Amino acid sequence: MSSETKQILTTDGIPLEVSLKKAEKKNKIKAFLLVAPLLLFLVITYIFPIGDMFMRSVDDRMVTNMLPKTFKAMENWENLDELPPEEVYRGFYEDYKLLAENQQHGKLGQRLNKEKNGFNTITKKLFRQIKRNKIDESVSIKEQINKIHKRWRNVEYWQAIKRTAPPYTAAKYLKGMDMYFAADGSIAQVNEDRRIHRILWLRTLEIAFFVTLFCFIMGYPIAHLLATLPMKYSNLLMICVLLPFWTSLLVRTASWMILLQQQGIVNDFFVMIGLVTDDNRPEMMYNKVGTYVAMTQILLPFMVLPLYSVMKTISPSLMRAGKSLGGTPFVAFLKVYFPLTIPGIGAGCLLVFILAIGYYITPALVGGASGTLISNQIAFHMKTTLDWSFASAMGLMLLSGVLIIYWIYNKLVGVDNIKLG
Amino acid sequence: MALPSYTETRYRIWHYVYIAICTFVFFFLIAPLFVIFPLSFNAEEFLVFSEGMKNLDPDAFSLRWYKDMIYGTKNPWGLAAKNSFIIAIFATIGSIILGTLAALGLSSRHMPYKGLIMATLISPMIVPLIISGVAIFFFMAKAGLAATHTGIVLAHIILGTPFVVITVTATLSGFDHSVTRAAASLGSNPLNTFMKITLPLILPGVISGGLFAFVTSFDEVVVVLFLAGLENTTIPIQMWTGLREQLSPTILAVATCLIILSTLILLSAELLRRRSERLRGINR
Repeated sequence: MSSETKQILTTDGIPLEVSLKKAEKKNKIKAFLLVAPLLLFLVITYIFPIGDMFMRSVDDRMVTNMLPKTFKAMENWENLDELPPEEVYRGFYEDYKLLAENQQHGKLGQRLNKEKNGFNTITKKLFRQIKRNKIDESVSIKEQINKIHKRWRNVEYWQAIKRTAPPYTAAKYLKGMDMYFAADGSIAQVNEDRRIHRILWLRTLEIAFFVTLFCFIMGYPIAHLLATLPMKYSNLLMICVLLPFWTSLLVRTASWMILLQQQGIVNDFFVMIGLVTDDNRPEMMYNKVGTYVAMTQILLPFMVLPLYSVMKTISPSLMRAGKSLGGTPFVAFLKVYFPLTIPGIGAGCLLVFILAIGYYITPALVGGASGTLISNQIAFHMKTTLDWSFASAMGLMLLSGVLIIYWIYNKLVGVDNIKLG
Repeated sequence: MALPSYTETRYRIWHYVYIAICTFVFFFLIAPLFVIFPLSFNAEEFLVFSEGMKNLDPDAFSLRWYKDMIYGTKNPWGLAAKNSFIIAIFATIGSIILGTLAALGLSSRHMPYKGLIMATLISPMIVPLIISGVAIFFFMAKAGLAATHTGIVLAHIILGTPFVVITVTATLSGFDHSVTRAAASLGSNPLNTFMKITLPLILPGVISGGLFAFVTSFDEVVVVLFLAGLENTTIPIQMWTGLREQLSPTILAVATCLIILSTLILLSAELLRRRSERLRGINR
């Protein structure tokens, strides 16, 4: 500011600029303080735990902590194609002895067995020798261990131990894609008949895609009808969309279980119209059909509501204008109405797709073996196999997919444009 | 939607096809809910319409499954209902308080990093429930809150706040901030202004967000399945267990009650929405 122009002062004698900035800052802090409680709450109870999931999914410190002396000694193991030097054997022996005293040796055997088959047997043999005090610490440990079992003389087993040294691993993520680290550290595919996870990922995508498609095909006409009917009729019909929306998910799934069972009403109807014979009723539940039907009905309101809110803003005179300019109703619809509804289509489809891709309850109840999704696999590993790190890894793989879609959604529609009811 | 008299035949046909499609979709949406009503009054144990029911024989109908729901010794529905209501009410209160405060901050034009913070606050609604379940379970297990009511309430606050944030932010988007300034110029302190001016105006949004939070908590099963012990069983857990093991008519009696509850909630939500639109001067 040049010295000629007089600084504008407030009544307190402070320059106006400074005073305004101060007020601005105060308002910023005030706004932030209002958001802070929820933000803090979510960060502690939700965002950090998701980070914790990541730590668990890559955590491989178990062996690292169990064999500290071994890994220290392995730093001097230079020629990896030959058996390690005496000090590695001694380090391993000392670590293992300590584990045996603390009853932890079984865990190590199991973990190493996952890395290379046959480890459990030879660690158990070593354990027996240690227990009977058969190992003389004053002479070469290497020779004594090598005598216990021929596998101890196989360098591949020592290489396997070395591979477990890093405290972090991406093995769980590879497992989620049916791959693993081969003996030489490269990435290999599991046998074709054991690639269960890839099937599940593909099936999840397939079901989410088709459910979204069905919801779109069914949702578009009724959203259009609701948006164009006079208020008094559309309010009544809107209840047909909103009542399922507000009704418990389990109640709706239960009603589909009743409808789709073999003696159920849908099958009764098929028999009645002669589509199938009475003794040859098709199985419509516990397979993909059940998942498709139930999920489409459950997610349909999430397609209709965004479509409706967009269609509501389209003036009917636009269609009339299109027609008056010589377009047939179909052309007017295709060239005028449809392009205007694209934001709604985007919002509805992405919302349904995001919800469908993480669905758990309905597939678990009506899906059977061929209709379950990746979420069911995550729940299975959380509750049954207790392989929490694998469940975390798969959860995060699913989450990254969803976040990409969410990001696109945010770019296209904006999160603050989500409308409810 | 009457057709003008000059409509060509093929468009006339298309119009009726369109109406037929819409009728089918509405039927598809609403009909499954109505299967549950009659079957819950079934006198027999099977989940199909008996001959007597088809002939409207009064003996084929009974209230035995409702009695079983209330007095049945095997079914802990009473405990489940009590837990569900307690958890949902506290979760709703928590969600409303945290969500409304955050929405007030977010709709201030001075709020820094608005987009990022909004995305974070909404995230529990977008992240698949199974992942939320795993993450929240890890937290509650570490904090020693697994298998406690407190843990479940906190989990449901996480899941419920996004709804409150969204509805209250939407209500505030049409809010005229000069009224709060007017109150301030007349000597009202901020708290008084909030209680007497802002809150009554945004109340419809707050309540409708609260309804969403209530329903979310009341209906939530994925996260609760990770967190609940035997003592914390809720209605959705009981239904989940029942549906997995054996579909009994008692579940249908419970389901009927839940449908009635959701109808009531729907009606109140609709009334609120209309009131809110009237208050904000949106004419439709």
